[in-house]
Amino acid sequence: MKRPILEVDHVTKAFGGLLAVNDVSFTMYQGEILGLIGPNGAGKTTLFNVINGVYKPTKGRIVFDGEEITGLPPYRVVKKGLARTHQIVKPLNEMTVLENVVVGACFGRENLGLEPAREVAREILEFVGLADFAETLAGKLNIALKKRLEVARALAARPKLLLLDEVLAGLNPAEVGRMLGVIRKIRDQGVSILMIEHIMQAIMSLSDRIVVLNFGEKLAEGRPEEVANDPRVIEAYLGDPEMAKRILEEES
Amino acid sequence: MKLLRQPYFWLIVAFTALFAALPFWNQNITLRETLVLSAIYIILATNLNLMIGYTGYVNFGSIVFFGLGGYFTLWLISEHGWGLYPAVLFAGAVTSILAFLLGLGILRLRGAYFALATIGINEAVKDFVANFEAWGGSEGIFLPFTAFRAMGGPAKALWTVYLLIVLVMGLSLLLSYVVKRSKFGLGLFAIREDEDAAIVLGVQAPLYKSIAYSLSAFLPAVAGGLYFFKNGSVVPEEAFNLHLSIESIVMVMLGGQGTVTGPAVGAFLYERLRGILLTLPSLSNFHLVIAGVLLLLIILFAPGGLMGWLYRVWPGLRRGLE
Repeated sequence: MKRPILEVDHVTKAFGGLLAVNDVSFTMYQGEILGLIGPNGAGKTTLFNVINGVYKPTKGRIVFDGEEITGLPPYRVVKKGLARTHQIVKPLNEMTVLENVVVGACFGRENLGLEPAREVAREILEFVGLADFAETLAGKLNIALKKRLEVARALAARPKLLLLDEVLAGLNPAEVGRMLGVIRKIRDQGVSILMIEHIMQAIMSLSDRIVVLNFGEKLAEGRPEEVANDPRVIEAYLGDPEMAKRILEEES
Repeated sequence: MKLLRQPYFWLIVAFTALFAALPFWNQNITLRETLVLSAIYIILATNLNLMIGYTGYVNFGSIVFFGLGGYFTLWLISEHGWGLYPAVLFAGAVTSILAFLLGLGILRLRGAYFALATIGINEAVKDFVANFEAWGGSEGIFLPFTAFRAMGGPAKALWTVYLLIVLVMGLSLLLSYVVKRSKFGLGLFAIREDEDAAIVLGVQAPLYKSIAYSLSAFLPAVAGGLYFFKNGSVVPEEAFNLHLSIESIVMVMLGGQGTVTGPAVGAFLYERLRGILLTLPSLSNFHLVIAGVLLLLIILFAPGGLMGWLYRVWPGLRRGLE
């Protein structure tokens, strides 16, 4: 029997009159990679912010690992085992890469002391391939490495569920390949992953299931091939589904 | 961290011992008075650094802790007949608790808004105290001569107070060092770098900031108690002197914010500079002009201060010299 790790239950988030997320519900299961896609402005990052407690939802509930976490501040959410990365990277610039990851380990789920946190951090830098940069100031890394640092910091919290917000955006094909490898390795360790991504090929190949948002509402949910052939999804991305179908046929 | 095994710990101890011993060498009272001022500056700058350098919050009104410490201490001694030791400890504790509660509120503000709030607090407290009859209003509190008797007369009391102020200086440096090397300190540095990121990484920022604010109040309040006890009086203008707040920021920036050594070195150098400028007959308060220009130059050209410069020239220093 599949055990739910995250239940998003009729979540609405309004900014004034704007419904950034409107009555969205879905459930994800332990060990799953769930892709969250949708055109720009669909409310994906807002939904992430509601899930990890940066925003309180206007309506609805978030249940994580059988426990309601609606409205908990982010520093409590991460201690429960739900870590995230940021679309716009937020490195702690004047601290070394190692220190950045130590922060993640120190204040994450295991709430480690400094020394054990350093051990964990080194292990994780090795895991994501940043070991050579341990003593570099985080602000000096290039964008690809900063994205990897985001992932490393989140992993250092030893999460059960990891939210990845466009970790592939802005990377060149070689770097995308490396990052995909890292994500698969994370999943193989038993961590569930909810990821926002625009690179369709990547998200289609990685995800077990996909949820599509459009204008703050859930448009579709299902296995990648189901979602990809859903006319409503194609319309949301390309406008006219008939035209989209023609383009697809010409391509093949 | 095994404190006793750290060379830097012994550096702090040696520096403090040297400071304590210097004026005893030939019972030099002039030197003692100069060093008292240096030590007070080092205490103010080092504790202010916990906020500016470690947490990234610029406190423009840090002197309010010093002043409140002075007032609580002198009030307890003159009105309630307390001894100096319990009085300064109580003053430190009360000021620290007040800072914690205040911090929970004003530390929701960020950047310039926080800085403005801290100026407001200092001015509000100054006005309040100046109108607070129980604390002598604008005339302040004067210690009766008898207050020194318990310490073996005024001359002996002044030497004792000197040693106590130097001790508080040593404790300030030690506090800075221990915080910097602790998990708590790591959380503060994360807040300094990016508070939103720190919160998402699990740092309980509202609590951490308030604790830092409260910690940065304790020793300056104790020092204020000792300093105004030594003076025998405390008045609002002197206790809550905003100039000294701003000069403390210059000291922190001059030496290098975020380091342990920097603010102390900055404070020491600034005291020397001020001493020289004050003796110029034609220009009163000229040191404030210099302080302003200095601050501008540091922020523009050397945001890391002296320590930042040293670290650039000898990167190896980062490891030994905190």
